[in-house]
Amino acid sequence: MLLKEKKTWALPYSAVTPKADYLNRRDILKAMGMAAAAGTGLAMGFRPSGARAAGKALEYRKTGYSVDEPLTDRELATQYNNFYEFTTSKEAVVAEARDFNTSPWTVKVSGLADKTGTYDLADLIDYNALEERIYRFRCVETWSMIVPWIGVPLADVVKKLGPQPGAKYVRFQTLVDEEQMPGLNRINIPWPYQEGLRMDEAMNALPLLTVGMYGEILPNQNGAPIRLIVPWKYGFKSIKSIVGLHFTDQEPKTTWNILAPNEYGFYANVNPDVSHPRWSQSSERRLGAGLFDGREDTLFMNGYADEVVSLYDGMDLKKHY
Amino acid sequence: MDINKTLRHGLAKPVLHLLALLPAFWLGWLVLSNDLGANPIERVNRFTGDWALYMLLIALAVTPAKLLSGWKSLPRFRRMLGLYSFFYASLHLTSYLVLDHQLHWGRIIEDITKRPYIMVGLACVIILTMLAVTSPKAAIRKLGAKAWQKLHKLVYAAGCLGVIHYYLLVKADIRQPLLMAGILLLLFGIRFWHHRRAASSPPKKTSVDRPGHAV
Ligand code: HEM
Repeated sequence: MLLKEKKTWALPYSAVTPKADYLNRRDILKAMGMAAAAGTGLAMGFRPSGARAAGKALEYRKTGYSVDEPLTDRELATQYNNFYEFTTSKEAVVAEARDFNTSPWTVKVSGLADKTGTYDLADLIDYNALEERIYRFRCVETWSMIVPWIGVPLADVVKKLGPQPGAKYVRFQTLVDEEQMPGLNRINIPWPYQEGLRMDEAMNALPLLTVGMYGEILPNQNGAPIRLIVPWKYGFKSIKSIVGLHFTDQEPKTTWNILAPNEYGFYANVNPDVSHPRWSQSSERRLGAGLFDGREDTLFMNGYADEVVSLYDGMDLKKHY
Repeated sequence: MDINKTLRHGLAKPVLHLLALLPAFWLGWLVLSNDLGANPIERVNRFTGDWALYMLLIALAVTPAKLLSGWKSLPRFRRMLGLYSFFYASLHLTSYLVLDHQLHWGRIIEDITKRPYIMVGLACVIILTMLAVTSPKAAIRKLGAKAWQKLHKLVYAAGCLGVIHYYLLVKADIRQPLLMAGILLLLFGIRFWHHRRAASSPPKKTSVDRPGHAV
């Protein structure tokens, strides 16, 4: 285990990027302090493993992104979700992911961008710029929740990475680690899990590269340490535990589309008028609703039509589901 | 100890009733203690659907179990187990209609007409209802034993439909429905194998399903 971690660590951002590009004064001071504390043997950017432990409080600023409805209880939002790398039971993810070690964590950036390379999480995400956004989250299975996510706009990160003009899409990949993810071998899915956005979708103001929820660092089961939140699309687009970002000129293959192309499209925009072949998408069950509360109507683009509908001008949304 | 005597004991049926009702009590307990998790409606839907199918498979296992074990008194429980499948299927349907769709008929009719898995489930419920309605002894007399037996052969179709319903509704993880399909095939296989053996060996007392004990 330790060896493996060191191996991923062996390619820090500094190895592929001019120092001036990413080291601000703060980082230099931090690095100096760290080196002093860690001693020579662990000089290679080692940080204490508890530094990003799930559940730790984060510093962030509030934003105007909110929803006129009460938040889903933290208990529910963190104990009921899909994460097939661990298990296909939504209730069991929390237990299966309990010992998931997410520190250190690196994200490999590749493809048509100027600043490709392997980044430590803290170099990719500016932890001083974290913001909270309260978004609706709508799963394709028809359950939904309202969650205060904490992160940075995906667009900011993409800009920082310098995508080249030829980059039309960005593809994301989830970690594959057989030692840590007991679900990988239990189900026949071509891992790694991958998802993608069109470049203009990625540059929209809404998608959030997310490192926290409910004021704290993301719990393992919710996609620690870094996940995407794309609030106008079905939940499976909001990929978890990201280790790869790839800029490409081709529409990336996405996992659910590979598994069932007639049921899950590349776009996967929330749309009450386009039903899943096997169930209607016109309504949803809000987590936390009582046994007799029934369903709520699902909103077009999950309620974010004003912000995103222009992305799909001239497209037949029934065809591009 | 004579197993068959135990199986015919006056307490055997009450005990089995209690066992078959345990899941229902458990569900009732979860409802009352507000312990159904994040998605209570889904939980109730699934719980009742699971038990409708389990009971159906258990009912279908009675004859194979008798053939393998030689416990001749086992079939006296078959009708009761079949009726429990009907009982849980009724709860399942009620949960779907009342809790999930709050009798919103527009949505329900759209669901039934558009979704194969709902159609298959409905076909299964219709069969289970027909069998339940004709389960009293009086119905056998009225229909005649032959016709009644023919009708009750539909229980095999119900088993298949229940498994297909399950297979069609899962998103990607088909292990559970495949397990159910495997069990169903195994049960059919045991019957088939036994009938072939019975047909090729000299006739002794055959074990034709007796009316009144089939589901
Ligand atoms: C009109 C009749 C029926 C309807 C409308 C119906 C509807 C449904 C629905 C909507 C679900 C999905 C629950 C969810 O995942 O949220 C479901 C699951 C299920 N149903 Fe049915 N059903 C019907 C009949 C039956 C019958 C007759 C059986 C068994 C004999 C059955 C067995 C199951 C099973 C095993 C599941 C899966 C539970 C799980 O995921 O653990 N259903 N049904």
